Amino acid sequence: MLRPRIIPCLLVHQGGLVKTVEFKNPKYVGDPINAVKIFNEKEADELIVLDIDATANGVEPDYRMIANLAAECRMPLCYGGGVRTPEQAKKIISLGVEKVAISAAAVEDTSLVSRTAEAVGRQSVVVVLDIRKKKGLFAKGYELLTHNGSKASKTDPFELARRMQDAGAGEVVINSIDHDGQMKGYDLELCTKMRAELRIPMSFLGGAGSHRDIEELLTACGVVGASAGSLFVFKGSYRAVLINYPTPAQKDEICRAGLDGYSGK
Amino acid sequence: MIHIVDYGLGNIQAFVNMYKRLGIESVRARAAVDLDGAAKIILPGVGAFDHAMELLAASDMRERLDDLVLAQRVPVLGICVGMQILANSSEEGAGQGLGWVPGRVRSFSGNPAFASLPMPHMGWNDVVPVPSCPLFRGLEDDARFYFLHSYYFEAADLAHSVARAEYGFAFDCVVNKGNVFGVQFHPEKSHHWGAALLKNFAEL
Repeated sequence: MLRPRIIPCLLVHQGGLVKTVEFKNPKYVGDPINAVKIFNEKEADELIVLDIDATANGVEPDYRMIANLAAECRMPLCYGGGVRTPEQAKKIISLGVEKVAISAAAVEDTSLVSRTAEAVGRQSVVVVLDIRKKKGLFAKGYELLTHNGSKASKTDPFELARRMQDAGAGEVVINSIDHDGQMKGYDLELCTKMRAELRIPMSFLGGAGSHRDIEELLTACGVVGASAGSLFVFKGSYRAVLINYPTPAQKDEICRAGLDGYSGK
Repeated sequence: MIHIVDYGLGNIQAFVNMYKRLGIESVRARAAVDLDGAAKIILPGVGAFDHAMELLAASDMRERLDDLVLAQRVPVLGICVGMQILANSSEEGAGQGLGWVPGRVRSFSGNPAFASLPMPHMGWNDVVPVPSCPLFRGLEDDARFYFLHSYYFEAADLAHSVARAEYGFAFDCVVNKGNVFGVQFHPEKSHHWGAALLKNFAEL
């Protein structure tokens, strides 16, 4: 049986690993390579590494850092940050990365997704969508932001996710801005709506603070990717830095408990 | 010594790293001459079927590989698309495969059993081998491997299907005919299960 994936998501800022809250206040949590080594030992299902400077500063992906990460990483690796062309994606794949994540550039031009899928294969193209609940007294629904949450897009996020799928995305990562770093659980309303919308693999990011939160996501959405940042880098209420990941037995238990309650197909 | 065929596709470095950790020597083969004296061959690959065959044809290694695998019976392990091109043909492309293991590569999406399942088949899945398959020697019963694909191998001869995985229905995820082996999943990214499988191949 295909298992849900439990995926640590690491943010890189100025060469170090950081963790944000609602996309702000990056806190330094350590060295990326060291974190990869620890997740190797813990046999994590997959790893997502996002360079949060590259797009915001309009710079090229840091190929040297990516090559170093890929050389160390013994699990499937998804890299995102600053990717604007199929050529860049191809180069990143050639460094030993399994999947390339695109975000802002894909939102601006959906054809980038098709062109990248053509260059590296659909299975290696991941689109990351940063979404939050609309703000304001009478606002309803969700909106999509890019550039680390600083630019709003007018397009409906669900419509846009469908367009990404049709354009050839192999996977979509749905990142909840309001839940980022809160460690109070995923935005299950957003997750289930998105799950009903798409039929490509999906991962959800933003809000996980406990293994129980992952179970709840699986109960709501079935076999999907459960990604988390804070959960896997912090320990305790003082947010002391401690890289952690469920043991194989814990992972089996999370998946069993979560999927037992899942009522969909 | 393991020769890893580098024809421009697949994560060669991941195999080099894995074998280094296992204490087994490996080398990249970029041209026919690099394959001299090969005792074990790994044929990686990602992307599209026709593209993989075109790159292999353009690499000057195709004839040497045919000779090593078919005449000298050197063990070879195809990985992912490197496994799929062992077949005769694929629904993904118009070109011929290597034909080392009779079969056809099929599209998941063409099968009604997959109508409600996400595509591609991505993630960790259980693999159930036949007891005699030497690649799985010593592996736990709950061995799982990382998959990432939209097409699957359909062996023409049931005897060549040596392990299956379940996604909508059970499909051939490991094939074996004599000295030719192919795995659909990525052992180089499948933690200690993948390491054990690659070690078993090296020790065949």
